[in-house]
Amino acid sequence: MIKEFNSANILWEEVIPGGNHWSGLIRRGIALRMADLSGGANCSALLYNADEKLERYNMPDSLKAQQTAFLTAGNVCYSDMGRVMCSIFNDSLGWHDTICGVTDSVMITAQYGETSFRTHRNEMYRSGKDGLLIELAKHGLGKRDLTATVNFFSKVSASEAGDLSFVNNHSIAGSHVDIRFDMDVLLVLSTAPHPLDTKTTYKPADIKLSAWHVGNAERDDVCRNSCLQNSRGFINTERYYL
Amino acid sequence: MSLTISKLKPETAVLDQICNAGDPWMAEVKKGQVFRILDLEGNQAVDTLFYNASNAEERYSAVDTIARQAKLYLTTGSVLYSTEGNAMLTIVADTCGRHDTIGGACSAESNTTRYNLVKRPMHSCRDSFMHALNHCECAIHRHMSKRDITANINFFMNVPVTADGALSFADGISGAGKYVEMRAEMDVVVLISNCPQLNNPCNAYNPTPIQLLVWDVM
Repeated sequence: MIKEFNSANILWEEVIPGGNHWSGLIRRGIALRMADLSGGANCSALLYNADEKLERYNMPDSLKAQQTAFLTAGNVCYSDMGRVMCSIFNDSLGWHDTICGVTDSVMITAQYGETSFRTHRNEMYRSGKDGLLIELAKHGLGKRDLTATVNFFSKVSASEAGDLSFVNNHSIAGSHVDIRFDMDVLLVLSTAPHPLDTKTTYKPADIKLSAWHVGNAERDDVCRNSCLQNSRGFINTERYYL
Repeated sequence: MSLTISKLKPETAVLDQICNAGDPWMAEVKKGQVFRILDLEGNQAVDTLFYNASNAEERYSAVDTIARQAKLYLTTGSVLYSTEGNAMLTIVADTCGRHDTIGGACSAESNTTRYNLVKRPMHSCRDSFMHALNHCECAIHRHMSKRDITANINFFMNVPVTADGALSFADGISGAGKYVEMRAEMDVVVLISNCPQLNNPCNAYNPTPIQLLVWDVM
């Protein structure tokens, strides 16, 4: 059985303020709990193999392998090399978007108004794209490396005709998702609002990250066994680390 | 789904080429030109990426195209947006009715997870992309590499998503002679893999050739 979240076992915690950005190395066998501290959060995530950053999270490969248009417990995030980068093993929400990408500064200004550091100091309105690019640049990466994100805490559903609608109030205060890292991953995050969020006030929720040691996926792992595709994806990951 | 027919005649095209089953194809299309992809024998997925011809760092963005129009599928009227939020092309005619942009391109590696570990040697779209980047002059002088391969469009591919988020690779809705046509809003480089996938119905288990046409229309 997987080692569930337990406040006694936490290695470190960090709060990312709403609208801000973060990056860090998360090693294979570590789990992160992402928690929405005040409701309505969005946490856009990019994942890179820490040792070979050309290998990265691939949205289409993740969706088609698991035959889903969103991510939740039992799902994994695939790299473009057919390996499982991380696994969602616990989820209080049931839906995380991965097809809508992030906001840019033009969208943020149009929807929420103009701000700057000069006038607003650290309350300035940041965009998802600018935040991700700042973090990517710290690791020698740039615009060519900015691919489709996982937008944790956000839900967008599609009608039969393909019209998309953002689900307001999907994530409430205390909502959380537990993610095990199955590779050594450079994790890049932005907590700016989702691009289809309909709110006109810029007040994205703070996110708390809590890390603990869970070890690698066992034989009876819920994500490994949720479909045959994932069982093969874990084999690819395990061979990489032999 | 509404279908839109084009008035353009193949005999007036300035470019008229065939891309065989499983082959890559790469070319430049100038601002104002109209580009048509024609499904010659039916049910053929055409994996397609676009780049700004003067700066390949700006490229087609599936997620911007989806989010900026709040629509999952592409058809007449759809704008194909870049990573910088600029219109790259606009679909101006479509006799198929719906095209996918979340299914991505098949690869040797994803075939191992989706079908079987022993499927790795089968030809794939991303192998075709890599081949094109190594051999096409318009990729070589732009120093393009795997970093430039992102989530693509699958013209003629049917990937229905239900309201509860289930996704499937369904039988194609395209047929012999159906086409999609788009007007370039900037000078673009087109990169195509005429999909060789044999493990699912996206090509009706029988990959076939496509026709590429370009017109000067001012």
